[in-house]
Amino acid sequence: MILLLLKRIGFMIFTMIVVSIILFLLLETGLTGDPATRVLGNFASDEQKEIWRDQQGYNQPVIVRYAKWLGNFATGNLGTSIRYKGPVKDVLLPRLWNTAILGFWTFAIMIPLSLTLGILSGMKEGSLLDRTISVFGILTTSVPEFASAVFFSALFVFGLKWLPGTSSMSDGFEFKQLLLPAMVLVVYDFGYVARMTRASMAEVMTSQYVRSAVLKGLPYRQVIIRHALRNALIAPFTVIMLQINWLLSGVIVVEFFFAYKGFGALLLEASLNNDIALLEACAMVAVVVAVSSQTIADIGYTFLNPRIRFS
Amino acid sequence: MTTESTTQMPSVGYGAAILRFIKSFGLLRESWVGMIGAVLVLFWVIVAVFAPLIAQFDPNASIQPFAKPGAVAASGSTFWLGTDHMGRDILSRIVWGSRTVLIYAPLATLSAYTVGILMGLMAGYRGGLVDDILSRISDIILSFPVLVLYIIVIATIGASGFNIVIAITFASSPGIMRIVRGLVLDLRNRDYVAAAQTRGESDWRIMLVEILPNARGPLIVDACLRLGYVIITIGVLGFLGLGLPPPDPDWGGMVNETRQMAMVFPHMTLFPCIAISSLILGFNLLADGLREISLRD
Amino acid sequence: MTDNQDPVLLCKDLCISYYTRAGEIPAVVDFSLTVKPGETIGIVGESGCGKSTVAMAIMQYMGANGGIKSGSITFKGRDLTTLNEDELRSIRGSEISMIYQEPFASLNPSLKISTQLMEVPLAHENISKEEARKRSVQMLTDVNLPDPERVMESYPHQLSGGQQQRAVIAMGLLSNPSLLLLDEPTTALDVTVEAGIVKLIADISKKFGTSQIYISHNLGLILETCDRVFVMYSGEVVEEGTINSLFTWPKHPYTHGLFSCIPLPTTDKNAAPLKPIQGQLPLPFERPSGCYFGPRCDHFEQGLCDKDHFRMENVEGSAPDHRVRCLRYKDIDHTKEASGDTAKESLEIGKRVLNVDGMKKYYEVKDASLMALIAGKSVRHVKANEELNFTAHESETVAIVGESGCGKSTFAKVLMGLETGTEGEIRHKGKDISDIEVRDRSTKQIRSLQMVFQNPFDTLNPSHTIGGQISRVIRQFGIETDKKKVFDRVMTLLDTIKLPRDFYFRKPRQLSGGQKQRIGIARAFAGNPNLVICDEPVSALDVSVAAAVTELLMDIQREHKTTLLFISHDMSVVRYLSDRIVVMYLGHLLERGTTEQIFAPPYHPYTEALLSAVPIADPEITKRRIVLEGNLPSAINPPKGCPFCTRCHRKIGDICDNEPPQDQVVSDRHVIKCHIPIEELSKIKPVIIVPDESERIHAK
Repeated sequence: MILLLLKRIGFMIFTMIVVSIILFLLLETGLTGDPATRVLGNFASDEQKEIWRDQQGYNQPVIVRYAKWLGNFATGNLGTSIRYKGPVKDVLLPRLWNTAILGFWTFAIMIPLSLTLGILSGMKEGSLLDRTISVFGILTTSVPEFASAVFFSALFVFGLKWLPGTSSMSDGFEFKQLLLPAMVLVVYDFGYVARMTRASMAEVMTSQYVRSAVLKGLPYRQVIIRHALRNALIAPFTVIMLQINWLLSGVIVVEFFFAYKGFGALLLEASLNNDIALLEACAMVAVVVAVSSQTIADIGYTFLNPRIRFS
Repeated sequence: MTTESTTQMPSVGYGAAILRFIKSFGLLRESWVGMIGAVLVLFWVIVAVFAPLIAQFDPNASIQPFAKPGAVAASGSTFWLGTDHMGRDILSRIVWGSRTVLIYAPLATLSAYTVGILMGLMAGYRGGLVDDILSRISDIILSFPVLVLYIIVIATIGASGFNIVIAITFASSPGIMRIVRGLVLDLRNRDYVAAAQTRGESDWRIMLVEILPNARGPLIVDACLRLGYVIITIGVLGFLGLGLPPPDPDWGGMVNETRQMAMVFPHMTLFPCIAISSLILGFNLLADGLREISLRD
Repeated sequence: MTDNQDPVLLCKDLCISYYTRAGEIPAVVDFSLTVKPGETIGIVGESGCGKSTVAMAIMQYMGANGGIKSGSITFKGRDLTTLNEDELRSIRGSEISMIYQEPFASLNPSLKISTQLMEVPLAHENISKEEARKRSVQMLTDVNLPDPERVMESYPHQLSGGQQQRAVIAMGLLSNPSLLLLDEPTTALDVTVEAGIVKLIADISKKFGTSQIYISHNLGLILETCDRVFVMYSGEVVEEGTINSLFTWPKHPYTHGLFSCIPLPTTDKNAAPLKPIQGQLPLPFERPSGCYFGPRCDHFEQGLCDKDHFRMENVEGSAPDHRVRCLRYKDIDHTKEASGDTAKESLEIGKRVLNVDGMKKYYEVKDASLMALIAGKSVRHVKANEELNFTAHESETVAIVGESGCGKSTFAKVLMGLETGTEGEIRHKGKDISDIEVRDRSTKQIRSLQMVFQNPFDTLNPSHTIGGQISRVIRQFGIETDKKKVFDRVMTLLDTIKLPRDFYFRKPRQLSGGQKQRIGIARAFAGNPNLVICDEPVSALDVSVAAAVTELLMDIQREHKTTLLFISHDMSVVRYLSDRIVVMYLGHLLERGTTEQIFAPPYHPYTEALLSAVPIADPEITKRRIVLEGNLPSAINPPKGCPFCTRCHRKIGDICDNEPPQDQVVSDRHVIKCHIPIEELSKIKPVIIVPDESERIHAK
């Protein structure tokens, strides 16, 4: 058990290091184009480029540069953003906080909704409720975030005029502005989680141990809560943890669409503007968040499953 | 029961195999969900194939800006879905755009599947070190948030149709590998595989002839879902301005270009969104129908 | 038990159907049954005969598409079919309980045994948790589980199969039910473990006065546990009666046929071959009119048996509760016809084909626990095969007998070249093949050594046609290359295994289990091998089908003088068809000798226990009951001394625990590996006692 934990954490660190090497190779070396050209533009003279390279330490050996780069990262020195003309850290942190708020509300709505629907439809497989939920889930999963953003805007912003069309929060935090982005994210994702929950629940409901619980004469509530749910919720737990990874993709589209000043929009901006330091920082943050959530999912899965816990 | 003389040697024909394949789609009648999906997909395939006949305008020609749906052009033809800010006919752009999607999405999926299946077969059947290495690589790729990965890859190698196929192959083949690996781990313990091993068949024959055909059920369902997902990805990349370079019509790109005008001209964004959603819905419903049928037998 | 007591359960004219998209499928037809207090009823039949459906109908748990079409199920005066969910709930678990085939699947993996036990009385009676716990512990003791407190705190996966099933039985008995349903409760267990559970079940009614319905496909188990028996065929009861009357004078041709299909310790492959029932079980919607067994019956009479469906009637001249569903039972004299088939000539044993000499196979297992890492012992060995020595000759059948984990499958893998041996030799026709992998063997070697696999649903590739699969073997072995000749050869093989030639075009899913197994045999014999390993080829088949497949194997062997290595856990099958037997336990070879030597004293104590565990479907044969204690040790951590010392009932002391025993030669090629001297072992009385032919009631 302890060994398993150490193993998972070890792998997490390993993944992050590998990712950092890939990022470094992609963005900091000449592998995919000269960084100097990327930063200074196509019309900079060779002389200017050379000076820039010298200043930025690009003429040192790759290994040394990588070690320095990694060291800076580890100590929290994320470099300077070209676009924002300031330390990356100062730009990044408030943006991350904004995205965390958006993510929190998305999950706060999505998890109860998708678990309830999934369990309800899994309890009676093939019933009308089950079929309705499942088709509805497919329908919502089929609409990409940008399309549902368009549809919702058309309805709630231009049609009913209930909600603001942008979420820039220029006059301070306003919950009303958070509603549309969160809704778009929930609508796209709840179908998937609900479907996974349904599959897990349906499998458990047809299992022999649920049959034997029913035939023991236990009350239906007890069969569901004690015997079915405990096993049926192991898989969805992992799925939900992995949705954090997905959310990091989703927020890029949604924040871009609604001009929400979050982490996703920042990452996109950095990549469109060749703001390498910022892009690296954003990518590393994304990977750290994704890999840690996966590690938590793995550890949680073993913890929830006594078959693994005690062996 | 046939007597000795009547059992003839089989004539091996591809015609029969193709016929059987088409017949297997007849099973879809049993699932109305799958049927709707098939109809939607078929609709867009027909639109893409006959695009030159259906579209009445050049998709990239600037004819008459800001025309409302139903407006009549100078040539006498109608802009059924209106025109965009650059005066291009939206219907023609959607029709031609279906070609873009239905060329790149299946191409990317196919390429991801080829890589994923080969990796999955190797990892699952050979096991050991090969499995360890391939699994670790795919774990690392899968730990990236997908879109972040696409943005970084596209940002470094540039946006083009070919690069999108590469990026999608890179990002989705590890997922396919995991599925194939799981299936192979189960199938390789079957007695018919042992029988093939004991008669000295080569590893590749066992993987491709004995194992892979028996994994096709779940893989076909997954391929349909993944196709839908790849279409979303292509759309999203287009929407973020990382898709195909203009001016070729691309549904996601159309939304990106016109979304600032959605307040006044909602038709410019709404119709491409409906188009992409309906195609994805088609593939997802088809996958659901296929899965339902495969569970019945 | 007295006759004037009210019956516990009364099923009357029960018809049960499943409703599918293809229409209504009648699963059980015209089923009537009375269970008296304290009585054990056996329901026996092959798969698909509707026996489990009856159990589920009694529990009123039919699923969404099953339903009772007509008839009633009266339990203590209440018709179960009319009760609502709440009323059913108060009966389920408290008045009627059920034990299932797979104990592991029927226990909740994420709840402790204590929770799962205690909730039964807590749900049905108004008692405190302490009281429920006390009673649970007591019940675990009653089902002979050692250390019940530890079991209470365990999760299901921490118990062995036998322990799990005992826990499930304890769960079923906790509320002291009037009726216990047992659906194949020992099918998933090893034979020596099964013996213990069967003994427990047989004691239940004595101890608790519980009535039981025991469902099984095994007539021998029914004989050991039940008072009365119902034989089902294709959804209906064809014969019922007390154990004594039905086993001694079976009246229905199907019942009689079943007995002819079971190898008994009195049968022998040459003197009295098995007589399979012809044809196969009709699908529920393809049942013939009149007698469902008609098309497979030797006594079928046109115009009589195929007219109307008829009811059960009392057997004249037999016990009053002996009833049969046959119009011609009076005309058939089963004593006249031999129960077995006509005798066949025995084969001349030829020269030596296989010589296994000191073969060992160890697997390396990486121990990833923290303790092992600290101790520096991260690699451990699983001794799957330890010092195997035996030989096999031309035309000889050598059986390798043992329970799960004894290493018999590992040996097959090494022999086939899927693994390589660690030490020792396996000489096939004089050449050592133990460390040559299959890819390095010559085509000639490969085709002369083939294998028939266990699982019929797994042995053929579902994606390819039968013809394609057999043709591939023929081409791969280089027997024929010309298309036409390959095709002709496949046709000949199909004739050999007695299947229609148009099976060439079929896919495996269109075949029944027995037919698939026949194809598997054809595939193995395609290259005229001189040695074929059969890994439990009939254990997954129904008895009537198994008999036919067994006979087919024997016939092909006779024709080709093939050496068969027959891997099995079933001593009665082994007794029937083998010339020599090798008994394995935990990778060790404990005893080897001819069939007669193995089945008579001196025995190895394990062989003795195995013999005692064989269920025998003949009431006149008696046997000494030996029930082994404890579980099979793990192969990673085997006992230091004799591998069998942890469960042995004849353990003589510390020497068994500490020193591995040596081979003791009883006579030529009869070897026992045990510390007990041969003289002592020779004094042991036989386990199975067969009465003399003259003393028997009915001629066998």
